[in-house]
Amino acid sequence: MELLRVENISKNYSGHQALNDVSLSIPKGSIFGLLGPNGAGKTTLIRIITKIIEQDSGKAFLNDSEITPELVRKIGYLPEERGLYKKMKVGEQLLYIARLKGLSRADAVSKIKEWLKRLELTPWHSKNIEDLSKGMAQKVQFIATVLHKPDLIILDEPFSGFDPVNANLIKDEILRLRDQGATVIFSTHRMESVEELCDHIALINKSEKILDGKKIDIKNEFKDSTFIITHEGSLPPSTDFEFISSSITETGLTESIVKDRTEGGPNNLVKSLIEKVEIHSFVEKIPSVNEIFIRQVQGETVVL
Amino acid sequence: MNNIGLIIAREYLTRVKKRSFIIMTLLTPLLIGAMFFFIGWSATREADTQTILVIDESEFFVDVFESDNEAIFIFADTNLDDAKTNVQNGDFDGLLYIPSLDINTPEGVTYYAPNNPSISMVRKLAKKIEREIENIKLTKSGIEKEVLDNLKADVSIATINLTEGGGEKETNSFGATGIGWASGFIIYMFIFVYGAMCMRGVVEEKTSRIIEVIIASVKPFQLMLGKVLGIASVGLTQFVLWIILGIGISTAVGTFMGGDAKSMAEVQQQQMEQMDIPVSEEEVAKQEAQNAVFSDITNALSSVNIPLVIVSFLFYFLAGYLLYGALFAAIGSAVDSDADAQQFMFPVTIPLILAMVSLNGVINDPNGSLAFWMSMIPFTSPVIMMMRVPFGVPIWELVLSMVLMIGGFVFTIWVASRIYRIGILMHGTKVNYKVLAKWFMQKN
Repeated sequence: MELLRVENISKNYSGHQALNDVSLSIPKGSIFGLLGPNGAGKTTLIRIITKIIEQDSGKAFLNDSEITPELVRKIGYLPEERGLYKKMKVGEQLLYIARLKGLSRADAVSKIKEWLKRLELTPWHSKNIEDLSKGMAQKVQFIATVLHKPDLIILDEPFSGFDPVNANLIKDEILRLRDQGATVIFSTHRMESVEELCDHIALINKSEKILDGKKIDIKNEFKDSTFIITHEGSLPPSTDFEFISSSITETGLTESIVKDRTEGGPNNLVKSLIEKVEIHSFVEKIPSVNEIFIRQVQGETVVL
Repeated sequence: MNNIGLIIAREYLTRVKKRSFIIMTLLTPLLIGAMFFFIGWSATREADTQTILVIDESEFFVDVFESDNEAIFIFADTNLDDAKTNVQNGDFDGLLYIPSLDINTPEGVTYYAPNNPSISMVRKLAKKIEREIENIKLTKSGIEKEVLDNLKADVSIATINLTEGGGEKETNSFGATGIGWASGFIIYMFIFVYGAMCMRGVVEEKTSRIIEVIIASVKPFQLMLGKVLGIASVGLTQFVLWIILGIGISTAVGTFMGGDAKSMAEVQQQQMEQMDIPVSEEEVAKQEAQNAVFSDITNALSSVNIPLVIVSFLFYFLAGYLLYGALFAAIGSAVDSDADAQQFMFPVTIPLILAMVSLNGVINDPNGSLAFWMSMIPFTSPVIMMMRVPFGVPIWELVLSMVLMIGGFVFTIWVASRIYRIGILMHGTKVNYKVLAKWFMQKN
């Protein structure tokens, strides 16, 4: 079941191609990582989905119906550039934003109370935003994004400006919202959070989508039979593997990274290695999202 | 539409609840009152009393120089050099030296002072001498003083409007000018103050980036219109409060002062009756003159169609603000800071400044072609039409001007919204008129 579908979207800013024929499908209940270097077109795509700007061609669907300004209310969007009315009180500000999103006054008030309590902001209810620390203002902004229980939550760099404690608090809230049925899109270049939270990813570079799918599938696809071996002594050169690097571990063993050159799978490599050194561990090296990201983005650069 | 309501409410409430709004609302009438009081006071204020030494060798002017609030004249028989030393020592502020002169060629009158005397003082002295010489000459040619006094006359012209029905209506240009000028000026100030407020509000939303949060649930047009209308209601509130305050204060002062004055007069009269002292004719005349002044002011007001002035004022007050407020909002959306806004504000405000500058011309000829055209063009009509309305404007002209005004602000709001919807999301772009034109044409 997909919640959001984007079909062949293109957008041109007076001569500059911001998005070129991008299609995406985001499954319901997933945490979707939208990755890409700066200026790749992530924000443009999000702004098209949230109807802030209009695409030149292509369509975006939420729950199989084309997104209209009314449907945008089912989306909660946390922009990368955070902003709140500095001179407004926390409670009033949240009430205003919630009302703009169509919540009734009573409903909004009770939800605000609940959320402020959850994020430990209750004592700040009647303080002006300008009196809050940056981290607290960010939390208020997060509440503003999710207050109206949107089906789709779009978070642009959600952890920037948070200390580790608060970042974890927000992370838990994101997972909780997902468990309650929301779908989350992450737009980020902080790969560790993607590694930890996302189950689907898409990579956008130079206004084109170059990769998307389940995180596990993509990782498998990018495996290149590289193995990490912990062993005693040093590894003599051999035609069975290509030596990449090695280092000494805390326990005095050597950790070597090698690429399998044998035919027929890891067992053959192990056989060859057993004859040469004493093996303590043998693990396949799964590429991190970060590595995939850099390889893809730089590969593109080299081609050009 | 519901959203526009919410936006208007926010814009309105955050501003009206501010302490500065309450303080300014209370303080401004006081400041304006104080300003008028100061102007009146400084215009009628007499200069400090000067002591002037007079040496009159001709002996024609012994009775002419009577001491008053401005100057105390002291006649001296000393010679000129001694008197000069006295003045230099600072014993006197000035020395008027009149040599023994020939009536037909009065020459050699000199005024000595340690510093430059004021023009009005010198003129006053010259006039006194001139008038006395005139009198001497006239007396010499056989005309009696009584006849002379009777020659003086005082004429004032009453102006009457011939109305269409054939009736006559007494008009008073003074009252019409005052009302027209004041309302034109207030509209001008209002547009500037609230237009700038509107612009700052937009810049704040843009620089604080709240715009992206808001814009996801509201159309840019709604946001802009909500802001412009919200601020308009702030202005209207302030204005209504001023009217209430003004009426309140003037009634309070009126009953206090009026009642007081009346009872004072009564008490005085009673006292005089009791003491059997006849009220001097002079005082009666003075009182009558005062009454005449008051009836002039009431006349001035009654000759102007006050309800029409109020209705037109509210209309031009709002419409003028909407027209300029939308443009100010567009400027705010295009720039990244208040400082960048200056270069765009100036061209927008030129028509308004032009209207203020040409007010004098309009006052001289409230129904001339300059007045007519400037009260039709929506950019200048709020100020110029308000100047003309108290003088009486043909109803078709007023209606046409209002229709054009509505068309004008609908047009500027449309233009502004096209710039606003792009500009509000643009950061760090170097904005010039070409860029603005491009945004305007851009389809979305």
